Amino acid sequence: MQIVASNTTNSSAQDLSDKRNENPFLVIDNVSKVYPTRQGSFTVLENINLTVYEGEFVCVIGHSGCGKSTLLNMVAGFNKPTTGEIRLQNKLITKPGPDRMVVFQNYSLLPWLTAFDNVMLAVKNVYPQNSKAQNREIVKEHLEMVGLTAGANKKPGQLSGGMRQRVSIARALAIRPQVLILDEPFGALDILTREELQEELLKIWQEHQVTVLMITHDIDEAVLLSDRIVMMTNGPKATIGEILEVPFPRPRDRALIAEDPRYYGLRNQALDFLFNRFALSDDAH
Amino acid sequence: MTSNNLLKQSSPNVVFEWLQGQFKFIVPPVLALGSLLFIWQLLCGGETPPLPPPTKVVTEAWKFIADPFFDNGGTDKGLGRHIFESLKRVGIGYSGSVVIGISLGILIGTNVVMYRAFDPIFQVLRTVPPLAWLPISSAVFESFKESEVLRMLGTDAVELSAVFVIFITSVWPVLMNTAVGVQQVPQDYRNVAKVLRLSRFEYFTKILVPSAAPYIFTGLRIAIGLSWLAIVAAEMLKGGVGIGFFIWDSYNSGKYSEMIVALFYVGIVGLLLDKVVFYISKFLVQTDS
Repeated sequence: MQIVASNTTNSSAQDLSDKRNENPFLVIDNVSKVYPTRQGSFTVLENINLTVYEGEFVCVIGHSGCGKSTLLNMVAGFNKPTTGEIRLQNKLITKPGPDRMVVFQNYSLLPWLTAFDNVMLAVKNVYPQNSKAQNREIVKEHLEMVGLTAGANKKPGQLSGGMRQRVSIARALAIRPQVLILDEPFGALDILTREELQEELLKIWQEHQVTVLMITHDIDEAVLLSDRIVMMTNGPKATIGEILEVPFPRPRDRALIAEDPRYYGLRNQALDFLFNRFALSDDAH
Repeated sequence: MTSNNLLKQSSPNVVFEWLQGQFKFIVPPVLALGSLLFIWQLLCGGETPPLPPPTKVVTEAWKFIADPFFDNGGTDKGLGRHIFESLKRVGIGYSGSVVIGISLGILIGTNVVMYRAFDPIFQVLRTVPPLAWLPISSAVFESFKESEVLRMLGTDAVELSAVFVIFITSVWPVLMNTAVGVQQVPQDYRNVAKVLRLSRFEYFTKILVPSAAPYIFTGLRIAIGLSWLAIVAAEMLKGGVGIGFFIWDSYNSGKYSEMIVALFYVGIVGLLLDKVVFYISKFLVQTDS
């Protein structure tokens, strides 16, 4: 199931389809993942085909255990597909690298380093040729971008969950990845902090024009943030069930989107997919 | 005016309240110590007691209590000087444990094959008591008695075997705890290292060692206790200066009062050593995640 640009999009999605005319950026090509177990092989993912274009914001949504984390881990390079391949700009992905930086659900900051040093560790490694002053400037700029200038010298233990995730996002963006991978980044945060960070992520994405692949289980979050919502069927043998185009113009505004009549259509489509067609763990195909 | 009055009134109150607060921490141990000394006095109050009672210990060994640092030449020295010599030995043996224990611990902790190979051996060796190591270590170092290397190092076989007993007693907890700490580096941190493609050196200094540090310090704290425990065994055969030798020597010459005073010294120094390592670890280890 190769997903290509649909030319039937309406005018408000015109800027999106412009993007799609460019060459494929990240290609997930007929990927499956099989884990050997004592009871025989266990197929987590099967026949995954997805093409992500440069600068696109794609959300992957699905029930727990559908293998969406497995998919992202393969894009990040932590796991290898059993069959098929994943290519970034025509280069085969074989191992993790800073070109596909991950923002982990549990932040994964090093507790013995300050926020500044956590970001610095990444920057120093990716730009070894830079002078110390240049790298300090990069770190400062990105901490500023996520609103963390004051907490720069605090250790993660002294920061709130939202603040930690900000540091993690700053760390990821500071090294200019080609693809930013977010694994349920706001799942552990309270609703107010989550909305605040969603909006900041939108703003940052708009400015950086980075390609984003993000796992979420929050439909509203996916509608607000993404250009396309990739909905996964249930595992085992999970695959991409349906892809929703999100036609809202950018920059987006949470309140305006909620008033848009298409919003409920999208939302209901996603809800229907997740809670009617794939509510149970049997394969609907 | 009023505020001045308040200040004047409150300052003795603050001291008094502080004392009142400390009261419950001071009184019970003082009472416990008093009763134990009293029982000891009663038990050893007879004509020919097996050990001298507290009063006799204090009078007989007064010179050791009053002046820890006298030096009349030979082995006739204050207990502070004996302790100092022992601390030097413990310092060398313990440093060896720290360096070798942490290095080997990291090695077997990061390498599964090495871990499988050596873990069973270490598990057996670590249960061997200090006194059992002494004959082996004496036998081994005795054979190097005439060695030029020892003379150049300014030491002798007996001294080395004493240090070795301290080392071999205290190396195991450092080694085992380091190995476990290294194995327990959370997957999240490993993933960060993988994504950033950290160099081996940077992974080692920025992730592995800090992550294992709480485990390593637990090992270091157990080890400092064990190495001090081993001092008496280590110095049994070593004539000259040292608190272990002093205790052994006092026993052999029937000076029980001096022996008892020396035991108190050993206990207090052991406590201080433990506290020192504890505060160093508290200062260095970042446990909050």
